Parts: sequence; C-alpha cells; structure tokens
Amino acid sequence: MPVFDLATTELRALNQALHALDKSGANEDFEVTNPRGSHAVAVGIDAPVNVTIDGSVGYYCAGMNEQATITVKGNAGPGVAENMMSGKVVIKGDASQYAGATAHGGLLVIEGNASSRCGISMKGVDIVVKGNIGHMSAFMAQSGNLVVLGDAGDALGDSLYEARLFVRGTVKSLGADCEKKEMRAEHIELLTKLLADAGITDVKPEEFTRYGSARTLYNFSVDNFDAY
Amino acid sequence: MCGIVGLFLKDKSLEPQLGTLLSEMLVTMTDRGPDSAGIAIYGADQNDLVKLTIQSPAPETDFAGLTEDLRKAGVTNASILPKSTHAVITVSSDQLDVTRTALEELRPDVRIMGTGSAMEIYKEVGLPKDVLERFKISDMTGTHGIGHTRMATESAVTTLGAHPFSTGSDQCLVHNGSLSNHNNLRRELTREGIRLETQNDSEVAAAYLTGEMAKGKNLGEALTSALDDLDGFFTFVVGTKSGFGVVRDPIACKPAVMAETDAYVAFGSEYRALVNLPGIEDAKVWEPEPATVYFWEH
Repeated sequence: MPVFDLATTELRALNQALHALDKSGANEDFEVTNPRGSHAVAVGIDAPVNVTIDGSVGYYCAGMNEQATITVKGNAGPGVAENMMSGKVVIKGDASQYAGATAHGGLLVIEGNASSRCGISMKGVDIVVKGNIGHMSAFMAQSGNLVVLGDAGDALGDSLYEARLFVRGTVKSLGADCEKKEMRAEHIELLTKLLADAGITDVKPEEFTRYGSARTLYNFSVDNFDAY
Repeated sequence: MCGIVGLFLKDKSLEPQLGTLLSEMLVTMTDRGPDSAGIAIYGADQNDLVKLTIQSPAPETDFAGLTEDLRKAGVTNASILPKSTHAVITVSSDQLDVTRTALEELRPDVRIMGTGSAMEIYKEVGLPKDVLERFKISDMTGTHGIGHTRMATESAVTTLGAHPFSTGSDQCLVHNGSLSNHNNLRRELTREGIRLETQNDSEVAAAYLTGEMAKGKNLGEALTSALDDLDGFFTFVVGTKSGFGVVRDPIACKPAVMAETDAYVAFGSEYRALVNLPGIEDAKVWEPEPATVYFWEH
C-alpha cells in the first residue's frame, strides 16, 4: 500500500500519484500520514481508490472527487469535497465552512459538526452530518439531499431550489422561501437508504423533519421584492 | 486574507517558550499575508513601572542620547532597550504622561506603538520570518501574546498600518477582515477623546474596545458590544494585561480555529498554525461560533 508522509513528501507528489491511477481498474489503497492541516490534500482524483488520511486537513480536501473513497481521520478545513462529482468522502471529526459546496454527486459524511454554509449551492450530492450544521446551510441548494442528525443554524435553505433537507433536531430559523414539508413514504424510503449508506443504524427516518423550497422565488415577481 | 494567531498560557512552565511558539505559529501563516507582520507579547508585570514601545524610521539617530534628553525634560530614571527599529523605554508609571510629551517634542518622528506595564509590541513591513528575527521574538518570554501577518486592504502598507494595534494601556488587537463603518466610528471615538494614529479600520476596532473598557466593561463585555456596533467582516483576537479574547462577526467567513489544553489556549486562522504546539494531538480543537464571545483571564 502506498504511504505518503506529508512531513517528508511534497503534497504535489501525492496528488500526482493519485491523478495517475487507473480510472477504470482496481487500485491499491493509499494512506496519507502527517497532513498537519495541509491544503488541497487528495484533490481531483478520478479513479476507484481508497485514500485514508491520518489527521486533520486544511482547505479544499477531496475537492472535485470522482469515484474515490476518501476518509479523513481528523477535522477538515473550509471547502471539503467542494464540487465532488461521485465517490464518498468521510470526515471523522468536524468540517469547517462550506463543506460539499456546489457538489454534483457522491456522498459526503461528516461524523462531527459542520459549520456555516454546509452544502451551499449543492447540485446533486448527498450530505449526511451526524452533528449540527451552522448558519446559511444549503443556501441556493439546487438538488441532492442534506441530512442532519443534530440541529441546524440560522437561515437554513435560504433561496432553496430543489434540494431536500432533512433535520432531526431543531432549526434555529429558515431562510427565505424554505418551508417545512410533509414526510411521505418516498421520503422515508430515501432517508432509510441515505442513513444506511452513511453507516447509521441507530436513528429512524421518522425522527426527521423535511424542509424544501416553497418555490415562490423562482421567477421574479414584484410582490416578492422584499424577499430578494 | 491576513493570518492571525494567539497563545494564552495557563501552564507557567511554558512561559520561557512563548516567543518561540508564537513565532512558529505566525511564520506558518505567512502565505495568508506577506505585506507586514507584528506581534504583541505580555511579559512580567513590573511594579510601578511602565513600558513604552517606540518605533523610529531613523533609529540610530533617534535612540542615541535619548535617555539623557528625557532626563533633561524631567523624566528621571528612564531606561531604553533598542531592538532594531523599535525600542522599549521603561519609566516609573507616574512619569508616563511627561515621557509622552517629551518624546513628541524631542523626537517628532518617533511613534509610540503601545504602552503598558506588561505589553511590548513589535511590527514592521516585511515577511513574518524577517520581522520576527529582526526583533528576536523567539527569545521573548511571557504569559500570552498575539500576532498578525497582513494582506492590506483598507490602508497603506506601512509600519503604522501593521497589526497589532494598541490604543490603550496593555491592550492590543489583531484583525482579519474589513470594517465598513470605521470612518463614522473614528469620528465618534475622536470626539470622545481617543487618539487614533492611522486611517486603518482595525485601529478603529481596537480604539472602540478601549473606549468600551474605559466605561468599566471587562474584555468580554466590550467584545459583546462590538457585535452590535461594528459593521463588517471580522475575526478579532484581543489581548489585555491578564486577558485573551476572540470574537467573530455573525457571518463568520474569516476563518478561525481554536485549541485548548490544560497548558494553553491557542488561536490560529488555520489549523496549520497550531500543529507544532505541545500536546496538540490531545487538545480540544474547535471552530469558534459566529457572534460568540470567547475570553480567558489569568
């Protein structure tokens, strides 16, 4: 198994090795040690590979990920899994602001808390946060699912499009055009699958409340002027 | 961007290492802002003595014969310790005002960076590594300190525009962000008699806190008022003689990471700044919440 010790190896050597992997075949697992808060660790992978990072990372870890499964055994700085296309990213600790921003696909699991702007402008990714999320999360979120086992901060889902938000705890406040919605059978089914994918077995989908777009701000209307 | 760091020691045995630890933290943040750098360190409180950290564009001529000139102006027993472009003048605390007045007359180009019984401030244009070496910060001992590496936005890249800013005795502030109501506040503070030296927004924040504490508020209460009265982006780290505080604006887009152990409380713009601290592996590490005041006191 290739091991990259970032205390002695340049970050670029790691990322170049990850970019050189076989896109369609099997790849050996990678281990990254001593990340010490480095930025852009394991960014831009497009291959089925498991990457384990032993420690905390800085900005933009696992950005633009396709296919890879990346596990961070620590905390992640701002912009983790930003613009992910597919694959799976697991953060064992907390994630800083704008986790999963603009991500198109794949699954992002944050086992601790996520801070502000989690899932901002998400475009199809599934995000599961075991702890709480900060303010302005899912701002302008377009599609995908955000599942929060804890509480959500202020202005959840402001100017939301078609993303689905499921919160088990309290929501401090909803953003403009975001509203509470009924949990139908299809949502229970979806949530059951998302929780299973995230490895969560001790929480029932019925404990969540669904939030989504009221769809009143899609097109400009002068009556909504104050909400823009 | 800007990079800010802070370290507040709880374990006295770490005090001889304060300068070294803070220097490492700040150098790690160099790529967040390479314009200028500065540090404020709180050393031992000296009974009835006060330190003035001064800076001169021509230190060789300005600092030469200064003790003698001050003596002639009525400042008895001043001692001066030059360090590159800065010098620390120590006088008895009842002579602080006469020293200030004498300095203005005797050395008009000299600027007072800060005063206090415990605090010294060093800041210059240049990379953190060079600035810290120039003032031998690694050799400094102390109880707590804060540091800043700047990417200028609101005022010119000059020594006076560098952080930390000190606008009151033993008080200092570093700032990552930009304030939008600083001109108005500067006018109000000036009217209240607080003296500001620059056109910099962060200096206004420091002066605002000085003004609030002068009204009898403690550091925590002053920071709470700042959330109502300061408009703009900010993550502040603030030092007082015995205290250390952190606050972020409600939007909280300027990054911040904190770590606490039995030995210290540490602040960094990024986790990278904290990785060399002793025992960081087992520290409680968290991101300070928006619009929430954190402060510690010795």
